[in-house]
Amino acid sequence: MRPADRPRHAPGATSAAVLVLAALAGGAGLARAQSPDLRRSGFDLMSPALQAMQRDEAQNPAQLWVQEGRALWMRPAAQGRACVECHPAGSERGMAARYPAFDASIGRPVTLAGRIDQCRQRHQSQPPQAADGAELLALAAYLAQASKGLPWSPGADPQLQPWRMQGQALWRQRMGQLNLSCAQCHDQQAGRKLGGAVIPQAHPTGYPIYRLEWQGLGSLERRLRGCVTGVRAEPFAPGADEWLALQAYLATRAAGMLLEGPAVRP
Amino acid sequence: MAGQPAMNGHRAERRSLVAGLGVGLAAAGLMLHARPLRADEPLAEDLRAAIRRWSGEGLPRTGRVHIDISPLIENGNSVPVTLKVDSPMTEADHVREIALFNERNPQRDVVRVLLGPDNGRAEVSTRIRLATSQRLVALARMGDGSLWQQQVEVVVTLAACVEGG
Amino acid sequence: MARTLIHVPAAPRRGVPFEVRATIAHPMETGYRTDDSGRAVPRDILTHFECRLDGRRVFAAELHPAVAAHPMVAFFLRAEVGGTLSFTWEGDHGFRQTETVPLTLSP
Repeated sequence: MRPADRPRHAPGATSAAVLVLAALAGGAGLARAQSPDLRRSGFDLMSPALQAMQRDEAQNPAQLWVQEGRALWMRPAAQGRACVECHPAGSERGMAARYPAFDASIGRPVTLAGRIDQCRQRHQSQPPQAADGAELLALAAYLAQASKGLPWSPGADPQLQPWRMQGQALWRQRMGQLNLSCAQCHDQQAGRKLGGAVIPQAHPTGYPIYRLEWQGLGSLERRLRGCVTGVRAEPFAPGADEWLALQAYLATRAAGMLLEGPAVRP
Repeated sequence: MAGQPAMNGHRAERRSLVAGLGVGLAAAGLMLHARPLRADEPLAEDLRAAIRRWSGEGLPRTGRVHIDISPLIENGNSVPVTLKVDSPMTEADHVREIALFNERNPQRDVVRVLLGPDNGRAEVSTRIRLATSQRLVALARMGDGSLWQQQVEVVVTLAACVEGG
Repeated sequence: MARTLIHVPAAPRRGVPFEVRATIAHPMETGYRTDDSGRAVPRDILTHFECRLDGRRVFAAELHPAVAAHPMVAFFLRAEVGGTLSFTWEGDHGFRQTETVPLTLSP
């Protein structure tokens, strides 16, 4: 990242920002609402046709991955157990809601995809895979479906705090040739139009998403990478600390919002 | 349909993305409903030719066919559309074929479906690609050979923030 | 074998139209895209889809590059007797796949 300026705080904090600051100050995973929750999912901005596409399992293309994920979950590995052997039926519900969490054994936050990857390596002797690998996407989609409707309750470990703060700083930092920060669009200008589309607040409650632009399913890291290149900035390396920090921050920023299951987005 | 254009190498100038911040898009650019086209607006010649090849004649009369498509298309990669024809779908009175054509994609054809009394309802849904704002023409051929058509104009909003991948 | 999702109601009523939805994982590569080095990505699409009930064709579609990736087709059927529904997709490069689903009508 090549910031053009010193990091600046967004002037005029919105209610959402107040909630986030309260949550970060308290170190708690849940925001304590002092005022009506103004946070909205990007789902609300979509046309009725796209909302129907997401809601209807017979229409949501992400269900192709959920089905695959379910099969992978049940299938014993060549060397190792099936996921379901350690995680019995029903235990999938709530898993996605607890991430990102802090993994003390490696001293870093871990996303849901990261945890799935660890498990596959340790207990199934599977090779490592990035978040957008085929099996990880399918398993993440399956687990996202299993937590649909639950409030997002990311890990509350205080060791996440410096990561969240770094994520917030990155969120507010101008970057790229367009010299824009995430906060400028998604905090300050959310709800206003940009090129015919309404700017969402960018709460990642529907990941992994079937993005029409990709014509496929993808992870939050992929989407964030697209945003960074979209403002003509050099994206961080795959798996870099910056992506983890941003995801830790975004989870706190969205804490308490309901998870949507794998969503559809333009 | 073309995918996203590759990022260009312009370094000095800011895109209209920045200029657009804080300013809403002029309403003139964004239609709020997919209105049926007025009969007197001519279709492009290659579209008319494609329709002639399918129908064996000119543009059929308007009616009985409905195109359900969102007035606001956020992304042209995957646009839900439903084609319906008023018909009891009996042996005596049914739809044999529905064909959907477009005006501005690289090719005119979109999809053609074959139906019969076994369907019970002449209603088909799918998702299509629209390269840009344009007109769509849906044609129906009935069991007795009669032909009907309907047209809509749709506006596809383009992505404001073009990502690299 | 591409992943498919097929939704048929559990017990549709005799003689009453019911909706069937069939989705298949397929990129529907149009042939108009270019890769990072500027080369055209070759076309690879599904061109036909049909549904048969006990071997009799009850729906067919001809698909073109303008059909979106991971195509979903929804249509209606009206049946007097149950049986076996087969769904067949065909496309470029000799692609062909058939899935079958039982059709059970309510008594």
